[in-house]
Amino acid sequence: MIASLYLSLTKYDLHAMEFVGFENYRRLMVDDPLFWKSLSNTLVYAIFSVPLGLIGSLAVAVLLNQRVRGQRVFRTLFYLPSIVPVVASALLWQWIFNADNGLLNMALSVIGVPPISWLQNEHWTMPAFVLMSLWGIGGGRMIIFLAGLQGIPETCYEAARIDGASTWRSFLKITLPLLSPVMFFNLILGVIGAFQVFTSAYVMTGGGPNNASLFYALYLFRNAFEYFKLGKASAMAWVLFTILVVLTAVQFASSRKWVYYEAQPA
Amino acid sequence: MSQARTAPTKSALVYLLLLVGSAIFSIPFLWTLSTALKTHANVFSQPPQIWPHPIAWDNFSKAWTALPFTSFVLNTIMLAVVCTSAQVVTGSLVAYGFARFSFRGSKLLFGVLLSTMMLPGQVSMIPVFLIWRDLRAIDTYWPLIVPAFFGGGAFNIFLLRQFFVSIPRELDEAAMIDGAGYPQIWWRVLMPLSGPALATVAVFSFIGHWDDFMGPLIYLNSPEKYTVAVGLRMFQDSYGTDLEQVMAASVIHILPVVVLFFCAQRYFLRGINLTGMGGR
Repeated sequence: MIASLYLSLTKYDLHAMEFVGFENYRRLMVDDPLFWKSLSNTLVYAIFSVPLGLIGSLAVAVLLNQRVRGQRVFRTLFYLPSIVPVVASALLWQWIFNADNGLLNMALSVIGVPPISWLQNEHWTMPAFVLMSLWGIGGGRMIIFLAGLQGIPETCYEAARIDGASTWRSFLKITLPLLSPVMFFNLILGVIGAFQVFTSAYVMTGGGPNNASLFYALYLFRNAFEYFKLGKASAMAWVLFTILVVLTAVQFASSRKWVYYEAQPA
Repeated sequence: MSQARTAPTKSALVYLLLLVGSAIFSIPFLWTLSTALKTHANVFSQPPQIWPHPIAWDNFSKAWTALPFTSFVLNTIMLAVVCTSAQVVTGSLVAYGFARFSFRGSKLLFGVLLSTMMLPGQVSMIPVFLIWRDLRAIDTYWPLIVPAFFGGGAFNIFLLRQFFVSIPRELDEAAMIDGAGYPQIWWRVLMPLSGPALATVAVFSFIGHWDDFMGPLIYLNSPEKYTVAVGLRMFQDSYGTDLEQVMAASVIHILPVVVLFFCAQRYFLRGINLTGMGGR
């Protein structure tokens, strides 16, 4: 960590190291439009994929928590996409997003939507990445929600039913409050995860078109291991770390307002 | 009772949603498989072929031999097996420490451990790379293997610790009266009782290493040392236009994970449920 902090204050290309103070940070902020581009791309991605992913995985968890036959098979089917290796899933989605013969455009043409160049048109690239991220909503986050749902005592629901509450109302008034700690945990990990998108962009688009999918982690990787600007890359790593600390702190501060903790038996 | 009347419609609705949802989630798999079995001419045919005809099994053998996939697979299995065993053993040892011993600062240390889960890998990536370069270990497997011997990450340790805490301490004490030391308690008492948790950690860890892309990408230069993930990416670079073969190669990458998941599924989801949220 400290080595990385020191590196971020130097100009280092694997051969000669020179102390430059805050020059790397100044250059990033002032002279490097791609830094801002990658940051805003990543923020846009996070703003859409994190809430949609949370709602989606909660919905799947609720569905998979119902007592019906064959639930185990369904759980497996929903979970499976999240264990697919990233490179393979990137290739698979690249083919689904294919403009001419991709599965998605074929499905959309049935309802009369003209073909979209998902990965070639810079306006559609980010929606494509968000859509792809939703394939994984049945994964780890869903399991955590599911465990949370199963931890809610049945008696709470019975009491609500006796009081005449509808299913929807007891979901709003019982499930959501009791699930809020789990929601909080998933939110924090989701935000951090959104800032780490690398492999799928590296494989599918290489950051293009016109840097529309240049994610922060990808740009950092390029600076470090393609352009060998290790000082600059370390500075980027520290900016990332600071952003995540601030975001996490904000979430913790806001959590007092909406996260409900049961009185823990001491 | 209204409850009895609404129940059938409700469960029908649940079924419908489950069926539609799992169909949507499975389609990308089926489509990949279908593409992997088509002839080159049929991949782009209009209207698209749903069921491949004729079935081109040789896509798999073509993809397998176009690049040295045999050595990619062997490399990856070697790495994943070594790392997984190391992580299960050292991770459970650390977890044993956190579960059974409280010393000055042990809570703080556990907190620090958990907070590393939130630390983005990018921050330590570059200094760690430079250390390995100074040790002249670039293009060897050491940078990929050695970290696994240090407990293998906060999540695994957390999972195992939660499980160990749930095992009654009386068992430790009984063993101690019988003359067992701490190492024996860990290895002979706690480990045999922790099957589901260990299996969960092992499966997670194996999948993680089978899947790992950035590590091999950074540290390995010679193609004969590549893992499947990096090899697949190289395949896309060289044979990207032969989509049916790219898909066949992807299936080769996906299949072992899916098979492993099905074999271990019994422990898997249960292990997480039992341990993951224990103290939360």
